[in-house]
Amino acid sequence: MAATTFRIWRGERGQGAFADYTANITEGMVVLDAVHQIQATNANDLAVRWNCKAGKCGSCSAEINGHPKLMCMTRMDELPTGEAVTVEPMRAFPHVRDLVTDVSWNYEVKKKIKKFRPRPPDAPDGTWRMTQDDVDRAQEFRKCIECFLCQDVCHVLRDHHKHDEFIGPRLLVYAAALEMHPLDTENRLRDLKEEHAIGYCNITKCCTSVCPEHITITDNAIIPLKERVVDEFYDPVVRLVRLFRRKP
Amino acid sequence: MADYERVEHDVLVIGAGGAGLRAAIAARASGARVGLVCKSLLGKAHTVMAEGGVAAAMGNVDDRDNWTVHFADTMRGGQYMNNWRMAELHAKEAPDRVRELEAWGAVFDRTKDGRILQRNFGGHRYPRLAHVGDRTGLEMIRTLQDHAIYLDIDVHMEVTIVQLLMDGERVAGAMAYDREKGRFRMFSSGAVVLATGGVGRAFDITSNSWEYTGDGQSLAYHAGAELMDMEFVQFHPTGMVWPPSVRGILVTEGVRGEGGVLRNSEGKRFMFDDIPENYRSQTADNEDEGWRYTQGDKSARRPPELLTRDHVARCIQREVREGRGSPHGGVYLDIAWIKERLPKAAEHIRKKLPSMYHQFMQLANIDITTTPMEVGPTTHYIMGGIRVDGDTQMTSVPGLFAAGECAAGLHGANRLGGNSLSDLLVFGKRAGEYAAKFATLQRTAHVPEGQADAAAAWALAPFERGGSPEAPYAIQHELQGMMQKLVGIVRHDSEMRQALDGLAALAARAERVGVHGNREYNPGWHTALDLKHLLTVSEAITLAAIERKESRGGHFRDDFPDKDPSYGGFNIIVHKGPGGEMKLERRPIPSMPVELQAIIEEQKS
Repeated sequence: MAATTFRIWRGERGQGAFADYTANITEGMVVLDAVHQIQATNANDLAVRWNCKAGKCGSCSAEINGHPKLMCMTRMDELPTGEAVTVEPMRAFPHVRDLVTDVSWNYEVKKKIKKFRPRPPDAPDGTWRMTQDDVDRAQEFRKCIECFLCQDVCHVLRDHHKHDEFIGPRLLVYAAALEMHPLDTENRLRDLKEEHAIGYCNITKCCTSVCPEHITITDNAIIPLKERVVDEFYDPVVRLVRLFRRKP
Repeated sequence: MADYERVEHDVLVIGAGGAGLRAAIAARASGARVGLVCKSLLGKAHTVMAEGGVAAAMGNVDDRDNWTVHFADTMRGGQYMNNWRMAELHAKEAPDRVRELEAWGAVFDRTKDGRILQRNFGGHRYPRLAHVGDRTGLEMIRTLQDHAIYLDIDVHMEVTIVQLLMDGERVAGAMAYDREKGRFRMFSSGAVVLATGGVGRAFDITSNSWEYTGDGQSLAYHAGAELMDMEFVQFHPTGMVWPPSVRGILVTEGVRGEGGVLRNSEGKRFMFDDIPENYRSQTADNEDEGWRYTQGDKSARRPPELLTRDHVARCIQREVREGRGSPHGGVYLDIAWIKERLPKAAEHIRKKLPSMYHQFMQLANIDITTTPMEVGPTTHYIMGGIRVDGDTQMTSVPGLFAAGECAAGLHGANRLGGNSLSDLLVFGKRAGEYAAKFATLQRTAHVPEGQADAAAAWALAPFERGGSPEAPYAIQHELQGMMQKLVGIVRHDSEMRQALDGLAALAARAERVGVHGNREYNPGWHTALDLKHLLTVSEAITLAAIERKESRGGHFRDDFPDKDPSYGGFNIIVHKGPGGEMKLERRPIPSMPVELQAIIEEQKS
């Protein structure tokens, strides 16, 4: 391969424009390598957030040719050859500079989800017993690397800006990991319905399609949570039982 | 006076990987007001990349395991250079620290009877590593993070420390800037815990993330603390070698723990050719026994692929040097072969090593269930670091504590896989607790005016030299190339002296480095400031490596290829001399209590 044009978003606080750069692409390079090459040679102050460069930390999220991806896991040879590659910051979060966005909202929202509360230990030595089958589901959700690409692509956040009402797929996965943790005893269903607005999700599965960890966000996390919320609050039998149990 | 935000905490924890998070949790639990500084976003620190597991002698898989065996394994792996008190505390306390994670929500893989599963790893006599597939570090950091966010700890994300602030001999805080706006933040605190990790970015081929620029070691050194064992750098035997852009990325030892074997270009399992004497009785002498060991046969001995990392790395280097390497300068690591032994092997591999499967598929177009990987040594870890007291983790500077990779002592000359995650937990907790205690018991520290201003002025200087031809990335790149070539896995006196000259020249250039743009999220500026740390730790590593005229653990000298007993009795200390020059000292290792000596003798058989 050879010289490739990169159209990289430059600017601050939402203001900016694409600037064109050229990078020399060699075998096996990923988009982050090209961005680093441009940074080291032509644009020392090009702001980009990255850390492990191995798809494990979830720092280098961006929109590559319009698709939310990790820059470190996007190989140049999977992009169309001979065409310019566009690299932009995630659009669902406030812009900071160049490719960097302010993702602090995700950290703030997480604190509003009730924390893990285990049942008392199963054994006298303070330990628990769980089978591998019990933990498989929670382990799937705990693969999440918090890259927030699912938040970026979620139309409730990206297009409708419901950040004040809706917690988004990443945090629904967090809630699901807790709710489906075999030891957890907390109940988050009322919060999910009322505080976290799980009802806003209309299961278009965009989040699942961009997840670099291949977590089946919609099918395995969000839909089961929605079902639990429905069972808890809308099941006619449960409602009837509640009615009679209600104290005067 | 420059304009900056002032923040006050009882305990300031610098670094938010496993050790920093655990220290912050412990200090907070002791009642201290805690500030936690992350160089990147919370939860992204290098701990996230740890794969294989956390070592703790819980005995869930093999009930012959207990703390004495773990202690002896750690000391043997460290070639008895370890701080034996730390090795003792670590072996005793690791099981409780792991179980505590489960109480905080961690979901480890399970045994058949529902307990935490443990796997085999190099240098550990019994299956000892609690794990979650090959993403144990992620599980650990997320568990600590999700525990800490509910504890009212002040988290300062994307903040970098420029310099520690001193009240006389004692630490009083730190001067920092935030990446986003480039504004200065002055922390004052009763105690400071350094938990900044390692130095891998001083080398060209490394498994470490960008943050690993030796900040903690350098901050401590310039504040007057002693560094120790800096010559002991671990080169992990198996990093990716192809394609070039991913060179150095780690391939977990878990691959070998699950039965993966190393072969040269002739198809030979070369690890059987060179088994060190002190491991011979524990090592399999045929392929079948090695395989049975990886599948949990308690009567079998471990395959030679699971010998200590320093040894495996050198054997790989030897194969490559002698012309039996793979096309891209590594050797073959083959896990696909287990299909000869196991039904549904491909599924088994994907289940046990999901990240490795994914990593090779995505980055190298290689399916590890059918094709051998190409691997070679990569800079992975530094055993040396800031010298600390074994019990309290306090450095030689009052009020300054250190834990995790940036601290020295536990691992001696070579670290066993899995012992770093347990290190973070055990000594992170201790550092946090003793830092909180120190902050409570001492009078309030006072930072003399002027120190913070001077630090800020130093940090801003590169902007004033905007027209300078010295660019930060070029200097960093040259330093990495030079350290890799001259102070890497095989060392020689003349090459290392050449490196010292090179470092001096680079240091002079770094003094003139200039950056463009403004202070807001400017990576060029950040790189310029990191250079000081990289240069400091590189010099310390090189000087200590010249001083140790023998080969031991992670330190291998071409000109002194054997272990020399006369070097076995002391650690090499590095500290700042009165004129600002780097000083070396040979510090005798304190003699071990008889009961610990007895354990080591007993475990030798």
